[in-house]
Amino acid sequence: MHKIVRKEQLNKEICLVEFEAQDLASVCAPGQFVVLRIDEQGERFPLTLYDWDTKKGTATVVCQAVGVSTKKLCALNKGDAILDVAGPLGHATNTKNIGKVICIGGGVGTAEAYPIAKGMGKNGNDVTVIIGARSKDIVICEKEIREFCNKVYITTDDGTYGQKGFVTDVLKGLLEKDAPDLVFAIGPAIMMKKVAEMTKEKNIKTLVSLNSIMIDGTGMCGGCRVISGGKVKFACVDGPEFDAHQVDFDDLVQRGKRYNKKEKEALKRYNKTCRIGLDEGNTK
Amino acid sequence: MREQNPKERIKNFKEVPYGYTKEEAIAEAARCLQCKTSPCVKGCPVEINIPKFILAIKEERFKDAIKIIKETNNLPAVCGRVCPQEDQCEKVCVLAKAGKPINIGSLERFAADWGMKNKNFEGKKNISANNNAARVAVIGSGPAGLTCASDLARKGCKVTIFEALHKPGGVLTYGIPEFRLPKDIVLDEVLSIAESGVEMKYNYIIGKIKTIEGLRKEGYKAFFIASGAGLPHFMNIPGENLNGVYSANEFLTRVNLMKAYKFPEYDTPINVGKKVAVVGAGNVAMDSARSALRLGAEKVYVVYRRTEQEMPARIDEIHHTQEEGIEFHLLTSPIKIIGNSDGDVKKIVCLKNKLGKPDPSGRRRPVRIDGSEFEMEMDTVIIAIGNGPNPVLLETVDGLKLNRRGNIEADEKTCKTSLKDVFAGGDIVTGAATVIAAMGAGKNAARSIDNFLQR
Repeated sequence: MHKIVRKEQLNKEICLVEFEAQDLASVCAPGQFVVLRIDEQGERFPLTLYDWDTKKGTATVVCQAVGVSTKKLCALNKGDAILDVAGPLGHATNTKNIGKVICIGGGVGTAEAYPIAKGMGKNGNDVTVIIGARSKDIVICEKEIREFCNKVYITTDDGTYGQKGFVTDVLKGLLEKDAPDLVFAIGPAIMMKKVAEMTKEKNIKTLVSLNSIMIDGTGMCGGCRVISGGKVKFACVDGPEFDAHQVDFDDLVQRGKRYNKKEKEALKRYNKTCRIGLDEGNTK
Repeated sequence: MREQNPKERIKNFKEVPYGYTKEEAIAEAARCLQCKTSPCVKGCPVEINIPKFILAIKEERFKDAIKIIKETNNLPAVCGRVCPQEDQCEKVCVLAKAGKPINIGSLERFAADWGMKNKNFEGKKNISANNNAARVAVIGSGPAGLTCASDLARKGCKVTIFEALHKPGGVLTYGIPEFRLPKDIVLDEVLSIAESGVEMKYNYIIGKIKTIEGLRKEGYKAFFIASGAGLPHFMNIPGENLNGVYSANEFLTRVNLMKAYKFPEYDTPINVGKKVAVVGAGNVAMDSARSALRLGAEKVYVVYRRTEQEMPARIDEIHHTQEEGIEFHLLTSPIKIIGNSDGDVKKIVCLKNKLGKPDPSGRRRPVRIDGSEFEMEMDTVIIAIGNGPNPVLLETVDGLKLNRRGNIEADEKTCKTSLKDVFAGGDIVTGAATVIAAMGAGKNAARSIDNFLQR
């Protein structure tokens, strides 16, 4: 059991959860993830580590409530506990001796780009961050990123904040000015695909972090397989970081959809049971 | 043994054989000749005193029966159910020559189940390691790890088991389905090991959260690596990344560990569809096929490149699988999986084989027949053709010698590796094998770790 010591709602759908995890907190590195299980009926699902505090013995994840599991996590509060946390998993990102780097975070991916950008900044690299969101009220982690980075660009689809458009619009301009040594993109598959297409033309090394559906996170199930360089790889043990120019994004998108129908069914049931709980609460 | 009727059982996940009644067990035990040479004991990888426990059953001394078994086997309810007895104790039973060996497995199960129902038979366990006892780390809580930990605890060591998943048991929990090995039985036997003074740590992935080197610094004096089977093999044929293609590991883990058969009460989903092909013919393949049937598939096929003779599965499992109406496509190899526009499996393309000369395993090698291609409509394909080693732990242990397949190189008898304080056994050494073989390795490891610590 991992007691939650901090819970913050970052926007309507996305929350931050800091929980006790003494042994885990002392070994985390940027780019790694944990596999969580909220309760006895729960799924195992991966979340990228957002932050960790060795002294306090805590780890933090940022989670967007989209399916049953993520909704369950976001419904927990300070003082509640997460049943299982396993990690840190996956290879850590190399944050040293890179030079000029552009980190791109789209949506909840901004929180996943945060520890990588921060780690790279800390190690003396020249870091630029591009944050992409649909609208102003759902931009996350801006303040935290500005704490270590003074080159922050924001784009919103509807133009309510920062530049109107997509992260690739900003990226295009930046690439024209001065090519970086590395582009790191984390966000929706389609965003990562577009970034990869743009940087491939200019032959700029680009990494993406893939958040596939997985169970154990240690290579045993093979559910997280992705295609990189024409070969099948496991996101959990071979990744989660991959060369963006090698990844088959269409395969990634397709495989990401394999439980959509079931998820809808589960969500319907979850919302219904939640509603029952709420209604009961109201009558008391 | 009496069993659930195939027509009924394919609709539920309840155990198939009912187990002996008292009368049936006594009658079966009475058939035992109590031969002086007791070949059955030599046929058992953990050397249970088989004639002695059978005699106890015959004489209705059930408490003695389970005590005798537990002297050498900590997981009797599990072994009674999943051991390939026909290749071990029952194969060498003197009565086997006449075609009717003693049903040793079922008698073991009877004694173990009796013990579970009559919990207090053992009295209070008073095993506690003294504070000066050597600390031993066991990595993995499957059959090998549990057996080793339990034996070492009995010898007075302070043992910690590190388990990567959230539940103990390894393959007993995530791999073997409820209808063959009920999970409350696994948990019961595992907990009885934990009660013998073994510390259990879950969600603890050695190689990630801690390394062997880190544990050495914390004062662990010896290590037993029993991390089990690793990364699932795929066939490397076109279409294997389509939605609807599972490794047997994933399929069974969803069903057994995550209880996807109770979706949506449990959150983990599984897609089965109407037509399912399972590739392979080991126990894991049979388990996958039978699970798919119970999850509502209308037609399930086992696709195997050789013939029934070469199938590695237990005879009982092959038999049960056939009884349940699962169709076997033998001498058949898939060469391609074809999907629809949504990326879902639509059909598999197969080739027929004929048997050629024996391969190094002694089994005749399948040879493809040109022009024998045919297609089958399919919704789900489950690949059950084995596992390769898992790199997560291995790549973090300096100086640990691996064999050419990437498994740990360890002595079969002593479980010694290239590092003097590291021992290894079970599937991580042998590749996929049986529960009892892993337990045998766990026993051997406990013995050599004890020797090592005494020095």
